Order: sequence, then structure tokens, then C-alpha cells
Amino acid sequence: MTQTATQNPQQDPAQVQPALDLGGSDGQSATASWRGLWKAFRKSRMGVIGLSIVSVLYFVAIFADCLAPYGFDNETRDLLWAPPTRLHFSDANGSSWRPFIYPTRSYIDSDTFQIKQEQDVTHRCYLRLFVQGDEHLFLGLFKTHLHLFGVDPPPPATPGGDTYYARLYLMGSDLSGRDVFSRICYGSRISMSIGLVGESIGLIIGALVGGISGYYIGAVDNILQRICEIMMLLPGFYLLLMLRFLFPADMSSVAIYFYITVIMAFIGWPGLARVVRGMVLSIRNLDYIHAARAVGQNNFRIIVRHILPNTFGYLIVSVTMGIPGYILGESGLSVLGLGIAEPIPSWGNMLHQAMDITELDQHPWVLWPGLFIFLAVISFNLMGDGLRDALDPKRTKT
Amino acid sequence: MRSYIIRRCIFAVVLVFISTIIAFTFLKLSPGKPGAADINPRVSQAYLDQQQRFYGLNRSPVTQYFSWLGVMRFIGKDTRGGLLQGDLGLSFKYQQPVAQVLKPRLLATLSLNIITMLFTWSVAVPLGIWAAVKQYKLPDKLLSLCSFTGMSLPGFFSALFLLWIFASHYHWLPAGGLVSLDHDTLGFFPRMLDYARHMILPIVVMTFGALASLQRYSRGNMLEVLREQYVTTARAKGLSESRVIYKHALRNAINPLVTMLGFEFAGLFGGAALLENVINYPGMGQLMLEALRAKDQCLVMTTFLLGSIMLNIGNLLAEILLAAVDPRVSYV
Repeated sequence: MTQTATQNPQQDPAQVQPALDLGGSDGQSATASWRGLWKAFRKSRMGVIGLSIVSVLYFVAIFADCLAPYGFDNETRDLLWAPPTRLHFSDANGSSWRPFIYPTRSYIDSDTFQIKQEQDVTHRCYLRLFVQGDEHLFLGLFKTHLHLFGVDPPPPATPGGDTYYARLYLMGSDLSGRDVFSRICYGSRISMSIGLVGESIGLIIGALVGGISGYYIGAVDNILQRICEIMMLLPGFYLLLMLRFLFPADMSSVAIYFYITVIMAFIGWPGLARVVRGMVLSIRNLDYIHAARAVGQNNFRIIVRHILPNTFGYLIVSVTMGIPGYILGESGLSVLGLGIAEPIPSWGNMLHQAMDITELDQHPWVLWPGLFIFLAVISFNLMGDGLRDALDPKRTKT
Repeated sequence: MRSYIIRRCIFAVVLVFISTIIAFTFLKLSPGKPGAADINPRVSQAYLDQQQRFYGLNRSPVTQYFSWLGVMRFIGKDTRGGLLQGDLGLSFKYQQPVAQVLKPRLLATLSLNIITMLFTWSVAVPLGIWAAVKQYKLPDKLLSLCSFTGMSLPGFFSALFLLWIFASHYHWLPAGGLVSLDHDTLGFFPRMLDYARHMILPIVVMTFGALASLQRYSRGNMLEVLREQYVTTARAKGLSESRVIYKHALRNAINPLVTMLGFEFAGLFGGAALLENVINYPGMGQLMLEALRAKDQCLVMTTFLLGSIMLNIGNLLAEILLAAVDPRVSYV
């Protein structure tokens, strides 16, 4: 059975030559090849588009506190399911260069029992840059109230009259009156980081197991490969669910985040290990490995310092292509209510509110987070595709 | 080859066996009592104890596992049979034999996945060939954009999006599920139509998602074949382009695709699990989540077992098919 992998031409990574020596043993060649990689990558237009979107999303994730006009749990129970706020530039009282919104209140229509909005058109609340708002810990360093943009406060309520709220809901509000746009900003932190954390865990296990397996062929290889096979032949989604149910539903969000990441890495590493093993098999008999052995370096050092760096080109592509799996896995679990728990927002658990389909038409803006999941996934895919082309030896040589 | 297949089958049986042990261990380690979510607080403790005894849950986990497997019956220590005797056990969530609970779910999932597969193959393969023939021209670029979109669009999101438009806004399609409320009162044809109306949306969503990889794979195959020398020869001797492509190249391009069938087979089962839960489709994926929520032991074990078996058969099938179409591959 050991022969299966090596005799299967479609899946045999052993025939894939290590493309660029990115982790070259001396520093100079490493920088040169990084530059070469960037030069080759720049040629793929879609790849560059993917990279730009990913960069924007990471920017949003890092500066979410400032970019979001409200905190993720800032709720206004009187403005449930508010539609996206319209920005006005002019009204009966003339026009203004600065956009403004009207104070709003919501009420339940006594005939249809639908939530309706009513605006106080006599008062303008202007949109302003750099306003004071909810307190947040900027970059985890210092406390500040500063937000990139926000709106003026509403006029004080007249005694006996209705209370009006001036809330800027760029993408509407959700079922407890929280700003969907702000929550998307905060949610990007989870989706954009989970792939990196998960991939690094999976990568360490996968590359090490693959490296050891390919280097020490024989009994060790046999055992490790059998373990990989068992892992790969377990039904993935069912296993994910079973592992999720190992822990109670009411864990803290941070614990759930790490737990989900670890179980996804735990399910995902064997694929990587197999491919790395194949590549190591093709490298281990090259002259420089014999030389390293002759010099008397120990085996672990040879694997980590001399063999694994040579699989680096493949690993970059595989990491980039693997990240969407983590994003989709987390949001899939969260949509089912098994992932990140409220009130911490993730793009997945925000979509959970969309599962009430008969009501969805009343507030379709809760679907916005799905678009962001799609955007993140497609940009990583495009980026991975561009990287693969850039690292393809057939293409770089011509 | 034959001895390889036999060895591989034995290995598959061992693997499935190990996977059931893993599943059972995880299930027993998870917190909560079986069925606790559904227990009425007014039910007396005596009744609960009796239930526990009836389902054999008062025994040690190891005994429970072997009893599920049928070994206990085999050695005469249990009156109820297990897997070895063809008895899948009782589901205490549904208060029915597991086989009875599974049957409609299995049918629902398999029909959804098989129809999707038929659609995917009949659309993706021609599209892939077409894209290869028109490489780097407009159709190829458009198709590659489409397949990137299909690959990246999360099924649960596109399902919710389509449900918003077609079910919630325009009411053209039902909002999830498999049957309407008045399903049982309908005649045969309206009943089939009812099924079809419920299945359109998941099929569209899944086909669009699955299209991408198969389309790109068949495009790659065709491109590889078009680079072969015999295609150049065929062109050089003056054959018309359509004859070169459809007579000479096409067959060799389609051949390797059959290996994908094996993997498709493996996905027949769990492929739609998440989507089923999102659109409330009564299939295996939804059943698994329900069973896990209730810690319904026999139901979880059987579902997991079926998933594991399908995956193993699928992979074996893929290996055999690969050897069948590619003479360079031989197993020893």
C-alpha cells in the first residue's frame, strides 16, 4: 500500500520539482528569490487584485475599533431591524455639502405588525469625521473614544413626545439594534485571523510529519502514513461536529475560537503531510543532503534546515489555498450556532440571523456578512492561484 | 492487482472499524446525558432509570460499544443484536429503530446528491472542454471567472441569498424543507412536483459549487491532450479542426475524469451536510446534528459508520478506476 502514493501520477507530488529555493541557505539568495517571486507574482493581475482585497480586509481587521462607528455590542433596543440609513445632501431647507441623516424612531404598525421607521425631518444630524464614541482599546495599547466617523447626537427628547435616535446604520441594524457595518468590521478579526492561526498549527504538524515520514522511510513512514490515511478517511464534517460536541456549547468565545481552530487544523494536516512527504522523498537523495549527512549533521536538523525549506514554494501556495477552508469552516459552524458565540461578532454568526427565511424579506441586509465571507475567500483563492503560477517552474523558466 | 484490491479492502474494513471506535470515544467523552435535551422535567427518576436500562445505557461504555457492534449478542451476553446481526439499534430521540429513522433521510440525501452529480457532470465536462478549446479567449476567461466564483461562494450563503429572493421576496419557491404541509393529500404527480420545487434550490446551489473543480479539471486534461504529438500529427495531415478535437482529443481527455467519479461517490453522503442544516433539508447532515444534540448514541454511530464506509468505498473506487484507465498505474 505504500506504493500507492508514488505510483499515482495525478497525485504524485514527488514529480513536482521544488520551484524556487526561497529559504536558500545563505541570506543573499533568499532575498533575491523573494524579489523574483514578487516579480513573477505581479504578472498575474487577478492575483494582485486578490492580494489588494486581502490587504484591505486585514487593514479593517486591525483598525476595526476606529473604523466602526459603534462598538460591536452597542445596541439600541428601540431601533431593531432598522434598514440602512440614508445619507441626505439636501432637503426642503436647502442643500449641504456635508451629508446628514434624520433622527429616527421605530414603532410597530398596529395593522401589519411590521416594524416601521419614522423620521424627524425637521432636525439634521450631520456626518462628521473623527468623533468621540464608544470607548475602545486602540491596537490593544491605549484607551480612546476616537472613531473615524459618526453622526451628531439627536435633539433632546421633548417631554411626553417620542424619543428619536440618530444612529448611522450603513448596512442596517440587526435584531437587537446593533450596527451591522460595525459588527462586520469587528467580525473581520475572526475570519481574517482564523486562517492564519489554523494554517500555522496545521503547517507545523503537517510539515514535520511529512518531513519525518519522507526522510526516515521504512517503519516510521509506514506508521505515520497509516495514521494519515485513517485521518483522511474519516468523514470530515461529521468529525468536525463530533469534536465540537466534545466541549459544552457555552464556552467563552475566545476558548471556542481556539478550539475550533485547533480541531480544523487537526482534521486538515494529513493532506499537507502526504504532499510534503512526496516532495521530501524526491529531495532526500539529492547530493547536498548526502553532503550534509557526511558532515555529520543530525537528522532533525537536516529535515528542518535543509529539506523543509526546499518545499517552501509549495507550502506557501498550500497555506494560501488552505486559508479559505478555515474561514468557511468557522463561518459554517457559526451559522449553525456552534461557533463563535454572541455577542462577539463573526461573519458566520451574524448570518445565523438570516436563517429565519420567511422573515428574511423584512431585513435582507443581514446577508451582508455573507458577501464579506465570499470576498475574503475569493481573494485568498485568487492570491493562491497567482502564487502558484509565479512559483511554477515551467512558467518562470520561459 | 487483484491481491492489491483484496488487501485494500481488508484495510478499509479495519479503517471503518477504527473510525467507529474513534466516534464512540468522542461521543462518550462529550458532556451531557443522552437525550437530556428532550427530557420533560416532570418525568420521574424511576422512569428515566427504566429508560436507561431499556437502552442499555447503564452499562460500562466498553460493553455498550461491543453491544452496539453485536459482539455481546454473539457471545450470548445480550438479548438484543448489534451491527454484526444487522441490527442498527434503537434511537431514543425518535423512539424508533435506527434503520427506520435513517431510511427517509438517506433517500433524501442520496437523491439530492445524485441529481446534483448528474447535473454537474453534464454541464461541467462540456464547459471544461470548450474552455480548453478556446484557451485564453473570452469564453475561457469568463468560465474561469465563473469557476473561481463558484469555488469561493459559500453554499450556505448562496442558499440563503437565493431563498431571500425566490422564497421570501417572490414566494416562487418554498422556504426550505423537502415537502409542503399538504404533501400527503396530493396525487402522485403533484407530489413529485412538490419534491422538485423543494429540491431546485439546493441542487442549483450545490451544482454551482461543484461545477468549478470539475470544469477546471476537464479543461486541464483537454489542454494536456491538445499538446500531445498525435494531435499535431492529426492537424498536420489536414484533418478538420472539429475532427481533431472531437474525434481524436476528446476521448483521451475524458478518460482520466472517471477517477473523479470515485471521489464524487465519497461525497454523496456528507457533501451537502452543512447546506442541509441551513435550509432545513431533512437529510443525513441534519440528522447527524440532531442526533449529536440529543446524544442519540446508536443514531450518531450509524450515521458516522455510513459516512465512513462511503468514503472508503469511494476512495477505493477512485484507485481502481485510475488503474483501469491509465495503464501506467499498476498496484502491487
